[in-house]
Amino acid sequence: MYPILRIELLKIFRQPRTYIAFVAIAAIVLLVQLALYMDGEQWLSFGMQSLTSNFSIEGKILNGYLVCFVVLQTLLIHVPLLVALVAGDLVAGEANMGTLRLLVSKPISRVRLMLSKYCAALAYTILLLIWMAILALLISLLLFGVGDLIILKSDEVVILEKSDVLWRYFAAFGYAALAMSAVAALAFMLSVFAENSIGPIVATMSVVIVFTILSTMDIPIFNAIKPWLFTSHMIGWKGFFDNPIQYHAVLKSALVLLAHIALFVGVAVFVFKRKDILS
Amino acid sequence: MSQIIKVSSLSKSFGAIHAVDNLSFAVDKGDVYGFLGQNGAGKSTTIRMLLGLIQPTMGDIEIMGLSLRRHHREIMRQTGAIIERPDLYKYLSGIENLKIFARLSGQKPDNRKLMDQMEMVGLAERATSKVSTYSQGMKQRLGLAVALVHQPALVILDEPTNGLDPQGIADIRRLILHLSHDLKRTVFVSSHLLSEMEIVANRMLILDKGKKVVEGTVSELLDPSRMVVQLETSNNMQAIDEIRKSKWAEKLNQNNSESQILFLLNREQVPELAADLVKMGIGIISIQPRHSLEDYFLSLIGSNQHVSHTAN
Repeated sequence: MYPILRIELLKIFRQPRTYIAFVAIAAIVLLVQLALYMDGEQWLSFGMQSLTSNFSIEGKILNGYLVCFVVLQTLLIHVPLLVALVAGDLVAGEANMGTLRLLVSKPISRVRLMLSKYCAALAYTILLLIWMAILALLISLLLFGVGDLIILKSDEVVILEKSDVLWRYFAAFGYAALAMSAVAALAFMLSVFAENSIGPIVATMSVVIVFTILSTMDIPIFNAIKPWLFTSHMIGWKGFFDNPIQYHAVLKSALVLLAHIALFVGVAVFVFKRKDILS
Repeated sequence: MSQIIKVSSLSKSFGAIHAVDNLSFAVDKGDVYGFLGQNGAGKSTTIRMLLGLIQPTMGDIEIMGLSLRRHHREIMRQTGAIIERPDLYKYLSGIENLKIFARLSGQKPDNRKLMDQMEMVGLAERATSKVSTYSQGMKQRLGLAVALVHQPALVILDEPTNGLDPQGIADIRRLILHLSHDLKRTVFVSSHLLSEMEIVANRMLILDKGKKVVEGTVSELLDPSRMVVQLETSNNMQAIDEIRKSKWAEKLNQNNSESQILFLLNREQVPELAADLVKMGIGIISIQPRHSLEDYFLSLIGSNQHVSHTAN
């Protein structure tokens, strides 16, 4: 499978459109960092008004860890689109280009071809998350320095000592990679049914948006399905910033995401194996 | 193993449409096998089935003595193909495309051999240019290089001259003959350009509406004793009416028109036809025998509405 995977990676990383995601992430992260560097103290004092009226807070609150948390919260909503851009193109883009028929007429099994394509999408997703980590965490730490991380939640304030934060970010980025891999699997599956990549990309985003709305709406009728929607578990990375961490809940969310990945990739392979290539 | 391809009772339906209907044929080792038919006759559907791209509704395909259903990978290791347009990765160079498909065909890419391949199709100088900068003819030639990169025993070419200029068509012809005569490959080539097949194929099958019309060697099918005769008269429509009343009606092509009247005859019948036409009072301007495969095809299909002609 490795030679096919290498070819799939070459095809992904030789397409200029692949780098749109990397440029977009860099632009957003750097803009957020610049804004916080210039105006961060003022923004923070406004946000922490309710807390500072009752408590005395000392130390450097606007630090690299907090900036990284802000960036993560902002960006992880948009990354699914960037992942779908590539994963939704993997089969449909080849069908549109006319290269799919050439690929399938080569002495490789369709199952292997599909698994290689998904692995290539995984590699792209992980690289995107590493890029995001380098920019959001490393650059923020260089610009803003290290400090304790204070997170305001709706019903509590979490304060994490600086020595206890870095590993949580590694875990959070790892979890985010898993969540984005589920989005990639969905786009990949939809890609099998289409002959141009616009359809799967739009369909993926539509599913993510609809499921996210269902996940966040507090209406009893949706409560039964919420635990089974993968979008309900995409924000599971925040679990690593609880104190103490609810490992059981994080693990359960990760398993739901893995089950979705297996389902989406399984359907994609099953359908493609029997598909008539007419493009 | 003399039979390279053996197709038995092959059918493919898309809903109510029967794209290929109970088709059987065999291709022998070393043949240049012409697969002829008008657009929509079922040529590409058959070729896609030969390559395992689509599943037949019914029937069996054996290639090199192996069942395609069970041994797809083994068969594809020895098969190279161009399927309709030669679409390749436009954002990669020609040589990179070749390298990719060499790897996928189970070959370890050797730059020197790949360049030889590019040389063979006349693309050595543009090997490192992106495919997006190639002309249609260059893409077609690169498609051929991709099809041949792993030295397959069987080469399947679906309309390889489509979109090419006369020089490009002549180049492809030469390449097919080189593959057959010099490299001893079996070539299965489809076309709607009948004059192409006359030049390159030794055996052929004519397909119409998914069904086999005729199969045989080109020399058999172009038997000089069976000829298409074109008649031009002072009033063709009136002449057709008269002929339909005579014993020559069954020899008339079904779709004659004001501009031409065609008969399918044996050579010795021509003088008798001329004499009878005179007796019927038909004003003959000319009677011309036509020997081309195209005329033969027309006489079989009974329609000339979609048949293309080549200039050279």
